[in-house]
Amino acid sequence: MIAAGCDVGSLTTKAVILNNARLLGHALVRSSFNPEKSASEVMEKALASARLTFADIGFCVGTGYGRERIGFVKKTVSEISCHAKGAHFLQPSIRTIIDIGGQDCKAMRLDARGEIVKFITNDKCASGTGRFLEVMAKLLGLELDELGSISGRAAHPINLASTCTVWAQAEVIMHLNEGMPKADLAAGINEAMAARVAILARSVGIEKDVCMTGGVAKNSGVVAAMEKQLGVPMRRLRVDPQLMGALGAAVFARERIGVN
Amino acid sequence: MFVAGCDVGSLSAKAVIMKDGSIVASHVMFARPEPGESARAVMDEALKKAGLSMGEIACCVGTGYGRNSIPFAQSVESEIACHGKAAQWLNPEVRMVIDIGGQDAKAIRIDGAGKVVRYAYNDRCASGTGRFLEIMAGAMGIDIEAMGDISSRAKNPVSLSNQCVVFAETEIISLINAGRELPDIVGGLHRALSHRVASLARSIELEIGITMTGGVAKNRGMFEALQEALGVNLIRIDTDPQIIGAVGAALMARQAAAAGE
Repeated sequence: MIAAGCDVGSLTTKAVILNNARLLGHALVRSSFNPEKSASEVMEKALASARLTFADIGFCVGTGYGRERIGFVKKTVSEISCHAKGAHFLQPSIRTIIDIGGQDCKAMRLDARGEIVKFITNDKCASGTGRFLEVMAKLLGLELDELGSISGRAAHPINLASTCTVWAQAEVIMHLNEGMPKADLAAGINEAMAARVAILARSVGIEKDVCMTGGVAKNSGVVAAMEKQLGVPMRRLRVDPQLMGALGAAVFARERIGVN
Repeated sequence: MFVAGCDVGSLSAKAVIMKDGSIVASHVMFARPEPGESARAVMDEALKKAGLSMGEIACCVGTGYGRNSIPFAQSVESEIACHGKAAQWLNPEVRMVIDIGGQDAKAIRIDGAGKVVRYAYNDRCASGTGRFLEIMAGAMGIDIEAMGDISSRAKNPVSLSNQCVVFAETEIISLINAGRELPDIVGGLHRALSHRVASLARSIELEIGITMTGGVAKNRGMFEALQEALGVNLIRIDTDPQIIGAVGAALMARQAAAAGE
């Protein structure tokens, strides 16, 4: 029986197709102003990658910011539950998840069964969310994923004094005008991001194993900075961390099929 | 005897010249990249208006963000002390000053002599400072100076769901795209900033006799929105609210000069 999960986020929409425990297909598209359209588009792509059609889906669960607007789902689940579900499914030893999305950041702690014990969200302040990196990447004239790759070449990472995205932007402009290398700026930006997220993560209590999910987890600079900040290794998962919400939704869908 | 005060802020520089307890001349200009240069330029303009030269100033006190770069200041004072001092001097009933600047906001409680009793300060988060309005004006393509007039035509001000400048900017753009009227959006922005500043003021407990200083106080929409958010009428000071810090510095200079004689 085919289970599907669809995660409509603020910036990207993701879909995962599962057959029992096997990942058959997945897709990621940029979210449009119309969540319903983005959801259909990404699901069609994921189905195509698995050589399936909509009729093959036994059950589909929706999640993410735009989850109530997905036409084809039978059930919706919060992103927090889905990230926990997905990470626990891939790696049952995970106890702490740090999920950095395009417009928010969440930290959650799980028990041995994968149940959420404690969680905290920041969606009030852009600093410490993917938006911070997006603003900074634009300022440096880099693609979002380049922020991670070039930061590895930094000789002297800058130290950003401001937490606020607006003030940090002014600091980065000042350093740019001084001719500071972009690698040093990128490394400082990743450090600032990690410092902000670490405060949130510590407030739920860090328990090993720890992993990062969401699009920002693909930024190697932020992941390394998080490891340094928290003093624990970030467990790498075998599936793209950006797909974790959609994967968790598909696992929920699989459970529903099992019940029926 | 002539004394002067010079306030070098993040966005603007202000200079005030006083003689025997009255303001003789003042000048406001955009800050230049180098604070010392801003100070020199704004003071030169104020001196020109007063028909004086620097040599005739018995004492000058500097204040503001760039106060330590003012070459001609004999001493420096914090903006908080200067705003408190000047507000009380301009209106003896003032016991609380709410100062919204380009990059910070302050709530200051003073005693009957203009001495600071308690204060709260935000320069950590751009939301809750003048920068909030500056960025939003930019996003809407309107002149920040026009915001007060625009909001006076608001019928049904929008309620913003985001506090963060970055998120609110996106929200504003979608409100414009959704066809909301400009005055209603601007009115909503004034409300949002006022609520933020009002909670800063409440953190040190409100005192009867509140006035508003700083460049943002020139925006009448903000003045009214802050009155509404605080639930009290604010004291209006006739002097340009943007030069209050420099007035305070000049009053400090007068004290220093009198003590030195």
